[in-house]
Amino acid sequence: MLKPVDILMVGVGGQGTILASRILAVAAQEAGYDIKVSEIHGMAQRGGSVVTQVRLGEKVYAPLIPAGGADVLLAFEKLEGLRLLASLKPGGTIIINEQEIPPVPVLTGAAEYPQNILEYIRSKAPGMMSVDAHSIAKECGNAKAANVVLLGVIARSLPIGREIWEKALSRRVPSKLLEVNKAAFAAGYDYKQ
Amino acid sequence: MKELLSGNEAIARGAFESGVTVAAAYPGTPSTEILENFARYPGVYAEWAPNEKVAMEVGIGSSLAGARTLVAMKHVGVNVAADPLLTFAYTGVNGGFVLVSADDPGMHSSQNEQDNRHYAKFAKIPLLEPCDSQEARDMVGLALEISEQFDTPVMLRTTTRVAHSQSFVETGNPRPGTTRGYVKNAPKYLMVPAFAKMRRAALEVRMAGLREYSETSRLNFIEWRDRAVGVITSGISYQYVREALPDASVLKLGLTNPLPEGLIRQFAAGVNRLIVVEELEPFIEDQVKAMGLAVSGKELIPNSGELDAGMISEKFVEAGIKPALPDSMVKPDLQDAPGVPGRPPVLCPGCPHRGMFYVLKRLKLNVTGDIGCYTLSGLPPLEAMDCCVCMGASIGAAHGMGKADPALAGRTVAVIGDSTFLHSGITGLLNMVYNKGAGTVIILDNRTTAMTGHQQHPGTGLSLMGEVAPAVDLETLVRALGVKRVRVVDPLDLAETKKAVQEETEAGEPSVIIARRPCVLLSKAVEPAVEALPDKCIGCKACIRLGCPAILMKEKTARVHPLACTGCGLCPQVCPEAALVKGGKTGA
Repeated sequence: MLKPVDILMVGVGGQGTILASRILAVAAQEAGYDIKVSEIHGMAQRGGSVVTQVRLGEKVYAPLIPAGGADVLLAFEKLEGLRLLASLKPGGTIIINEQEIPPVPVLTGAAEYPQNILEYIRSKAPGMMSVDAHSIAKECGNAKAANVVLLGVIARSLPIGREIWEKALSRRVPSKLLEVNKAAFAAGYDYKQ
Repeated sequence: MKELLSGNEAIARGAFESGVTVAAAYPGTPSTEILENFARYPGVYAEWAPNEKVAMEVGIGSSLAGARTLVAMKHVGVNVAADPLLTFAYTGVNGGFVLVSADDPGMHSSQNEQDNRHYAKFAKIPLLEPCDSQEARDMVGLALEISEQFDTPVMLRTTTRVAHSQSFVETGNPRPGTTRGYVKNAPKYLMVPAFAKMRRAALEVRMAGLREYSETSRLNFIEWRDRAVGVITSGISYQYVREALPDASVLKLGLTNPLPEGLIRQFAAGVNRLIVVEELEPFIEDQVKAMGLAVSGKELIPNSGELDAGMISEKFVEAGIKPALPDSMVKPDLQDAPGVPGRPPVLCPGCPHRGMFYVLKRLKLNVTGDIGCYTLSGLPPLEAMDCCVCMGASIGAAHGMGKADPALAGRTVAVIGDSTFLHSGITGLLNMVYNKGAGTVIILDNRTTAMTGHQQHPGTGLSLMGEVAPAVDLETLVRALGVKRVRVVDPLDLAETKKAVQEETEAGEPSVIIARRPCVLLSKAVEPAVEALPDKCIGCKACIRLGCPAILMKEKTARVHPLACTGCGLCPQVCPEAALVKGGKTGA
């Protein structure tokens, strides 16, 4: 029986969460899962927090993950990881990209970007992994592939085989960017804290 | 074939497979992708109308001519289209007609969360509510069949989580798009009182037939499980109920107007406790109560915001309907978490229209606003918008303020985007001229419908089908409405923009300023990023007041994020110390 998995991808508009969720959906479909993917479009995308919910299982009903029920939390930005920390199941997998994108209240000086986010999250979720996806992607040839690096990191904790992921990449990524993205995925998949 | 489709993609697919040949819409989240996807199918015609009322009227004509027709809009768009809709219910159709109303519970991208199911009851038309992409695809075909069988427009009502969630869809082969052919029939289509009275009677006959149909339709069905609790539900709420109460019996309603009273009574009689779970208003619940049945609903489930399975579970535990789960896993205590600053949406880095709002804020003007990206200028730090109600409202509101208090006339401007102006600003401006207002209308012309994802409109020179189209000339248009003072400014030139706004607000007669610059997300010009010189910066934060996400204060000096900055050149113009340098040059 296929193990149900609820994955929350959080970040800031423009970070490539949508492409990552599309690749994930293709891989999950190949692996025989029922899937629901829920996104928010429109006004919320203009530099605001974005949350993509992906649910895998034998049969998925609701497109939304119940509060506090995510098996995997993948944060493309640190502050967004902290914001959504309560949505992670105790013992769930949490992966945080080390990128900082200050929101407007921080830019204007109305609020402070919290210090020690990674330390705090690790104190509550000891298995947390942090990744400098931007630098890793750059080494692979394109900093924009940071989203695929992060996908590689979570891929390892999902019940989907590596060869299926590679097939999904080929189906979703334009051919001229495929090599860079394959390298980015592999770097994420083999990443060690 | 099984495909992973969003609800909107599935509706487009369903329309194509069911032989829809004409579709019209105005973009609006969460409905926009329906037409974008439909337009890509072979042998169909699809258009962006300037507003939802026109889209509906185009759809009426198409249906009368005999084509299967789809019209799509967001929930508030139906307000705009309500006039033709409510009388189209009288005339009925020729070719099958489906109106998609995409509601937005939780207001992810809307100004209100009205429950448009009431429109179906109000207009006396059938209402279908899909719960996932498969049903979205299937129900388009069924809606068209019902439409043709009962001679009525049909509403297909989705919500954000149906429209924008992807799930698997079993697709089929398209049936050829055929037309029934147009037949003149004035007593049916010419709604003058004498004919309308006859059609009014026909409406009741049709509703009686639909009530019968609703009883046996495969859209409404009972899933018998444990009978202690029976839940009546529709749309996305069905999914939440299945997850929260997997053992409960469920009456799933796909056709929710008119309701199947007999089926509801049968279900009620078969369960010990009857509950309605529905998002937003007690649309089903109130009608079940009117049947004299004992039922609970909104006393448990909130009537505002989105539902989810976790919340429904909690409410059922509180009500003693569901046993509390033993809390086997201890949640970590997050009370000591550092304060998390909000991340509200903002105008993009490089948005040229930021310049206009900076000027309006500096001049301390009253700004009546409108619907679009630019509504974000109302948030800190720009805070340059006083009100926003609906598409086109900015112009009437500015005129009304001036009439109520003449002292406000020279202190108030209306701000409206190009797509919104063409949607419903033209009549407001005509009124301002005719009734001798003295307001200034600023049209932010970014050459697209930006907020919904860059759709074409009558001013862009391209159609939804990708063809070159005539582009309306805004200057000529507003002059034709009787505006004598019309000028065009570049909102990236702050001095010119400020001068124009000052002169026009002081003019004492209606004026239009067209601030023209394409949306930065569409602009292909590559400008070098602005460079910040921390040595020169005095930390005055003048640049920060632009609200550009590419500028931040670090160690009390301004810094520019080189990847986020588009080099628009606004910040060098506001820096008093030439500490922000564009392309090697400082200042304006």
